[in-house]
Amino acid sequence: MSSKRLGFFLLLAPLVLWLGLLIILPHIDMAIVSLRTRVAPREYAPSLDNYAAFVTEPLYLFTFLRTAVMSILVTVITLIIAFPISYYIAKIAKGRSQAALFLMCLVPFWVSELVRTFGWIILLRETGVISGFLQWLGLADQPVEMLYNDAAMMLGLVYTSMLFMVVPLTTTLESLDDAVIEAGYDLGGTGPSVLREIVIPHAMPGIVSGCIVVFMLSLGNYLTPTMLGGKDSLWFTQLIYSQFIVRFNWELGAAFGFCLLFASSVIVWATLRLTGQTLERTMGEGS
Amino acid sequence: MIPSIPRSRAMRVAYGAYVTAFFMWLALPLITVSVFAFNDSLFPSLPWEGFTWGWFFGDARPQIGLFHERRILASIGTSAFIATVVSALAVTVGTTNAFLFNRYSFRGRGFLYVLMLLPLVVPGIVLGISILVFSSRVAGVVQDVTGLYTEVLRPGLPLVIAGQFSFITTIATLVISARLIKFDRSLEEAALNLGAGPLTAIRTVTIPYLLPALVGAFVVSFLMSFENFNTTLMLVGSDAPLTITMFDRLKEGSTPVLNAVSLLLMLGSAVLALLMIAVQRR
Repeated sequence: MSSKRLGFFLLLAPLVLWLGLLIILPHIDMAIVSLRTRVAPREYAPSLDNYAAFVTEPLYLFTFLRTAVMSILVTVITLIIAFPISYYIAKIAKGRSQAALFLMCLVPFWVSELVRTFGWIILLRETGVISGFLQWLGLADQPVEMLYNDAAMMLGLVYTSMLFMVVPLTTTLESLDDAVIEAGYDLGGTGPSVLREIVIPHAMPGIVSGCIVVFMLSLGNYLTPTMLGGKDSLWFTQLIYSQFIVRFNWELGAAFGFCLLFASSVIVWATLRLTGQTLERTMGEGS
Repeated sequence: MIPSIPRSRAMRVAYGAYVTAFFMWLALPLITVSVFAFNDSLFPSLPWEGFTWGWFFGDARPQIGLFHERRILASIGTSAFIATVVSALAVTVGTTNAFLFNRYSFRGRGFLYVLMLLPLVVPGIVLGISILVFSSRVAGVVQDVTGLYTEVLRPGLPLVIAGQFSFITTIATLVISARLIKFDRSLEEAALNLGAGPLTAIRTVTIPYLLPALVGAFVVSFLMSFENFNTTLMLVGSDAPLTITMFDRLKEGSTPVLNAVSLLLMLGSAVLALLMIAVQRR
């Protein structure tokens, strides 16, 4: 019995060390740093100034809300584009072509996000492929700049997030028995009503887990908004980066970090509550 | 909308066209990046100046190929080193975690499980800054108490490894747990009945069964580490891994050597992916 206890503690130790030293303590420390302000060199006093700055400075709050809203938009667009694709892979494609299509969805995501973004830069920029193609077609008489705006940034975010929507959706849709869909039609259902009453409710766990992951990845993304977005498409992570690395104001940066963490947790929690899912199930299905 | 339900021809054609367009959209940026690796021009953009291998093998200015670019080669080495260490650590801790959650029921198990999932919910950049803040506090305390300057706790390779390890371990744990759950415990009991000690039973029966998941977790961890950007950006010191080096280059404006690197990365990832599929098939 005591060797079983020993085994238990030996297995528990790495988990506790990992979570304690790399997740919990750093976050507690970040909270402490965010709740203090510098009064003199190397001298700090506890205060809520950093959070007050976040709420009162329009640029900060505006960037925060903009990032949240655009991330929700990215999530919705990704869902709308991905759903028919997942349905096709799960229900219409059969056998070998099914496996091949699924694999083709995965391939781009074995490649670094940087490479994918670089691809879009080459396509969209003024001297890029699409601009050249439009001129060749005669649709444009001079180079067209399509980079450095919100649309390009959204395109990049949707592209980068696609896998995390397609995979959970396909997995849940595959588990839907064809006979259930047929029964829906036999009982007088039409395409839209079968979709609404049978397919979407069945796919709900996949939809939720896909949406949560896509939302979080967009909200926390730094690379795509920086590379594809313009001067006006400021992303909240860029504020955090500039406070930490450029301005060296760790107190304000830590407060921003908590605001980001808070937004992402609240939206994840609300989505789970609204749809009656749990984090354990969602993450289990998503991976 | 399943094959056994008849649909109009127009509907089927439209659906097929949509799926085709989707996959073309998916492939477009990757194909573009690869093609421009062979453009004999100083910029990865139109016009097309002819085919060249120069961005891979060129050794004279202005066309210095990837295999003669010291900074890029060095950063590939750095990335590979980080990824190897992170994957080894993540697979080890992932295995102990999987056994802990699979074999023991204890008070607080559910809570610890949710806690174990949390690193996936925390944005990468927040993980990065929290570790940066904490490690510099520890370094400060160490310096005040002992007067020693702790290089390990300043931005650099050890912190990058710690930052990536902090969330990749969750993924490794999930991959390994998924297979351990399906393991038939009676096989292990049989080994025990036949006189094996508990550790021998695990080493000779359970671990071989887990091997595909261990390899899978290693490959996934390796790729995630190699590609990681957000967390690494906040913790990087003077030895930049490949993603950071490429990011800096891209901001300056790039030559097609970056396309060559990208193509190499794609080939590397493809080889790893095939390796993983081959192992899981067994």
